[in-house]
Amino acid sequence: MSANSGGSTILRGEVIGLWGGCVAQVRRELKIARRRGGDLVNPLMFLALVVMLFPLGISPEPALLASVAPGLLWVAALLAMLLSLDGLFRGDYEDGSLEQMLLSPLPLPVLCLAKVFVHWLLTGLPLALCAPLLGVLLALPGAGYLALLLSLALGTATLSLIGAIGAALTVGLPRGGVLLSLLVLPLYIPVLIFGAGAVKAAIEGGMAGPALALLGALLALAVAAAPFAIAGGLRISLNG
Amino acid sequence: MWTFVHKLGSPKWSYAICGRLQPFFWVAALILLPIGTVWSLAISPPDYQMGDSYRIIYVHVPSAILAQSVFVAMALASAVFLIWKIKVADMAASVMAPFGAAMTVLGLFSGSLWGVPTWGTWWTWDARLTSMLIQLFLYIGVIALRGAFGRGDQGAKAVAVLTLVGVVNIPIIKYSVVWWNTLHQPATFSLTERPAMPASMWMPLLVMVLGFYGLFIALTLYRLRSELIRRESRARWVQALAD
Repeated sequence: MSANSGGSTILRGEVIGLWGGCVAQVRRELKIARRRGGDLVNPLMFLALVVMLFPLGISPEPALLASVAPGLLWVAALLAMLLSLDGLFRGDYEDGSLEQMLLSPLPLPVLCLAKVFVHWLLTGLPLALCAPLLGVLLALPGAGYLALLLSLALGTATLSLIGAIGAALTVGLPRGGVLLSLLVLPLYIPVLIFGAGAVKAAIEGGMAGPALALLGALLALAVAAAPFAIAGGLRISLNG
Repeated sequence: MWTFVHKLGSPKWSYAICGRLQPFFWVAALILLPIGTVWSLAISPPDYQMGDSYRIIYVHVPSAILAQSVFVAMALASAVFLIWKIKVADMAASVMAPFGAAMTVLGLFSGSLWGVPTWGTWWTWDARLTSMLIQLFLYIGVIALRGAFGRGDQGAKAVAVLTLVGVVNIPIIKYSVVWWNTLHQPATFSLTERPAMPASMWMPLLVMVLGFYGLFIALTLYRLRSELIRRESRARWVQALAD
């Protein structure tokens, strides 16, 4: 039972505004994630395993590993983000919650933004927090750790937003997984360049600031524009 | 003027208009391209540093310009389709995509051939080259997404959204040689300044660029007519054409 009254909605006698709707969406996502706890660990395990492959596949020599560590950690984190995207809207699409989101009088882009925020909170942020630990395994030089943490925290948020556009467009397709990577990876490249660039700059000369500022600019752009593309993608996937 | 625009939205009228415009662009392409080819390969003078290898520019620059222009044209058509729901615009975007992808491949390949005598390498991870490679993958993504959805309104809308998102790469390509200090030289042509080359070199290049544009428009009109007939095969006017 809901009725629209100028930007807010009345649900079971309670008036829910824009902010209230966002909070409700975030709490719902967190509750679902808590009940399926295993899904949270999967991207982290993936990151750890991929990082483990490189010393075994290339060479365990610390000097060599240290020189490629920033790029390796960033690529591994990016792939972990990519893998988590397929499930972003899948569950909601199958059980009909997405249709409820579309029917809601609250603006769809805002609800999408709340959903993507939780995705970053539960995937991107843990990856950023774990990456320094894996940096030790790859003999990452000491000056790079803070830049790695910050660049991943900023960069994965942009990756979540861009990836959600691809996930929204392919959610209606039966086997959208490979196609999703094809659509999203080219758009991930600028984030990868500046992200790995920030860590390299911190190791070489201690000036990670400019690259981090550019990552922040990319995030600002993505926050402003991506929710509309995500909402558009979801509308197309559900209504045709 | 507005009635003309509205008529363009109707498949029957756009079929007729494409048919009427098509010969002009074919003639332009078939005159400009041979003239440009002979002029650029045989008549224009060799470069004092690069010798004859610089002549790759006469294929490289037009194909690279087209690779970007086609994507912008696709994005415009997609916007028209999403805003006004004009199906002809989506058909136009769909027939342009393979040509754009081909031009991107040609631009990358000719650049690679040129790189060997001048830079001493087939490939380098320069900003212009990398952003052009991303462009190729965006074209492939657009074509693959359309293939995955098959024919239908849903796929058309999804492709339109992806094209509009992908167009952010165009300014990156355009300004990659300005923002990053790279191996690739800055733009050859600009609307505001005179080219740095002598006229005997840039005149044939201009002819080639115009010839490529003519070929692009002619092919687009030709393929758009086929697409119109295929998608509207049940409409009465198509049946009348067949009879």
